Amino acid sequence: MPALCRDCFHTFEAGARCPACRSPRVLSHPELFDLTIAHMDCDAFYASVEKRDDPALADKPVIIGGGQRGVVSTACYIARIRGVRSAMPMFQALKLCPEAVVIRPRGEHYAAISRQIRALMEELSPAIEPLSLDEAFLDMTGTARLHGAPPAVMLARLVKRMEDELGLSGSIGLSHNKFLAKVASDLDKPRGFSVIGAAEAADFLRDKPVSLIWGVGGATRASLERAGIRTFADLLRWDKTDLHARFGTMGDRLWHLARGQDDRRVSSHHPVKSISNETTFFEDTADPELLDGHLWRLAEKVADRAKAKDIAGRVVTLKLKRADFRGLTRRISLPDATQSADRIYRTARALFDTALGEAPFRLIGVGISDLASAETADRSGDLLDPQAARRIAAERATDAIRARFGTGAILKGRAIR
Amino acid sequence: MKISIERAVLLKAVAQAQSVVERRNTIPILANVLIEAEGSDVSFRATDLDIEVVDRVPAMVERAGATTVNAVMLHEIVRKLPDGATVALAADEAAGRLSIEAGRSSFSLATLPKEDFPVMASSEYAANFSAAAPVLRRLFDKSKFAISTEETRYYLNGVYMHVSEAEGGRVLRCVATDGHRLARIDADLPPGAEEMPGVIVPRKTVGELRKLLDDDEAQIAVSVSETKIRFATPEITLTSKVIDGTFPDYTRVIPTGNTKKMEVDAQAFAKAVDRVATVSSERSRAVKLQLDEDRLVLSVNAPDAGAAEEELAVAYGDDRLEIGFNAKYLLEIASQVDRENAVFMFNSAGEPALMREGNDTSAIYVVMPMRV
Repeated sequence: MPALCRDCFHTFEAGARCPACRSPRVLSHPELFDLTIAHMDCDAFYASVEKRDDPALADKPVIIGGGQRGVVSTACYIARIRGVRSAMPMFQALKLCPEAVVIRPRGEHYAAISRQIRALMEELSPAIEPLSLDEAFLDMTGTARLHGAPPAVMLARLVKRMEDELGLSGSIGLSHNKFLAKVASDLDKPRGFSVIGAAEAADFLRDKPVSLIWGVGGATRASLERAGIRTFADLLRWDKTDLHARFGTMGDRLWHLARGQDDRRVSSHHPVKSISNETTFFEDTADPELLDGHLWRLAEKVADRAKAKDIAGRVVTLKLKRADFRGLTRRISLPDATQSADRIYRTARALFDTALGEAPFRLIGVGISDLASAETADRSGDLLDPQAARRIAAERATDAIRARFGTGAILKGRAIR
Repeated sequence: MKISIERAVLLKAVAQAQSVVERRNTIPILANVLIEAEGSDVSFRATDLDIEVVDRVPAMVERAGATTVNAVMLHEIVRKLPDGATVALAADEAAGRLSIEAGRSSFSLATLPKEDFPVMASSEYAANFSAAAPVLRRLFDKSKFAISTEETRYYLNGVYMHVSEAEGGRVLRCVATDGHRLARIDADLPPGAEEMPGVIVPRKTVGELRKLLDDDEAQIAVSVSETKIRFATPEITLTSKVIDGTFPDYTRVIPTGNTKKMEVDAQAFAKAVDRVATVSSERSRAVKLQLDEDRLVLSVNAPDAGAAEEELAVAYGDDRLEIGFNAKYLLEIASQVDRENAVFMFNSAGEPALMREGNDTSAIYVVMPMRV
């Protein structure tokens, strides 16, 4: 059986230790050198970055997340031992682990490091599909001759370089499609390298819960459970047409996934479908002034992202969460697409006025969807609002000033409320 | 209650009732039509709590009485019955059923008690007047396309009907706008309408009213209060709440200083706009108008899809002008013109344009340009 040493990258026929360096970190699998689709997932990325940057944190539980009211975005492995998980409300996390060091996420810093990792990956293959700052798919098909080594070797080198050059560890999943590669990367975290071959895929999946599938969250899981589907074995009992009838296109996908089949390509060009930003408050609020300030800042963030991507949206959505966590979403279609902070704000504000009776709120969010190219955006004025065109022009001037002198160079008064 | 009625008469009454009934409603009785038989008449009453329609038709009443039954289902049944049939309706109060019989077909529908049916409170009207059907038809047909669907600007979700001052004296005026185009239609002020308060007639009411206006000879009795409006023919009474809001001051939206005049055959113009807009894939399709002396060039340039251009002879004697519009808006206003040439008055590429039919100022349209 082909084997690979993850420390010195020596390849050999299977054995417990590397014949070259005696390392026990040996990976062996019948299909090891034939598989080409990989998923790389950094280990507790944000927390690892913070620990790397401040060695004093090394032995302490570290949680990255937003304030008392926010949720955990990343917990380091020490905190995870105490039961802290991503997406857990912060108060709950701190109950489990009161001595944890809570650090507010430094988005731009993580993005810069993510670009360094991305650069390392780009040396391996041009087909990279980032899922977020800290994970990506790589399609290494046809790269063996270029690198003079099969994908498994190059991937082992990649994580080694990440450790040596960036001080960060990652886990690799290697398989023949995206679904299985992603499942594999999660199998022996941290510093893991797992392989799922084509021959064993169906057997491997059989007893696993369907929640293993990326995108099957609470709601989907509940509806699958109502149909008596909990594991992949349950799925295998279903006829293709029945699954389709009950779950639509999702059903088709499930039928294939149950058989370890997934023909989605690794592609960096996924069209964006919407842009949104949201804020959870430190404490529930019904203060219209305060909410209005948030509404403006969120609208501005969404507009900035839309402008950066050169797109605009025809639908503006306002998202609110009441004190009892019940969500409230209002949306409106505009006659033409917009990427203007002013128009997004005013539209969201009108929606907000209809929902004010539901206050207090714990979260507010603003988004645009039904995206179109920026060329078509904000081209028609409003008869009843003759100032609208001037405000759009003022916003363009503001953007130009910011591009030159920085974001803080010019602000709206309501942005500092 | 026991009646027999001609299928065609019944179908017309039930059709009107079922179109008022809200399709998705949570209060069961609101899905029903109230049928009341007395003397030699049967009335069919339906409501969505904002609009109430009552249609009174002649029938053979064997036993007076009243009941309510699902409007949509009754309509479907009557629609499928053969033409020329006589339909017998009989309510069995004890069993809570209404039987419907025609020829060899018989149906039995569940009923709800008539006492539960909400009847719109009657109110005092500030003005009562009579208007010919074609006059109201023109007022609403020419303005309704501009009604806004934007829920946050609910006060634009209808036609603003009010008394106004025009060049030739006081007029009955209908205005609708969605912020991108505006229609302002005037008619001679009918006697008795002078004291009418201005009201915003909701979109759905405008649609229901239209069904009362097909007969050129009909006279419509109109009653208006601050909160309600009623339109009545001898058979049908349509009562509606009006939109509780303030219609914006539209007068400042209508350009008065536009001097660049273009006169064009409306049909030829509309067809040309429609043709060039074909190549534009975007939903907000922008058409560029380039005006030179007696010459109009319409063009669309969609980078992804292609380009189109068409030249049209027009009467124009002013400076060169380039201005863009949403093709759909241009088509809609051009299609309002049916007798004379369309006259457009422009100012600049950034300011709204005005359109009227010949020199007739009793129907004017304003449309906002688009950046192209």
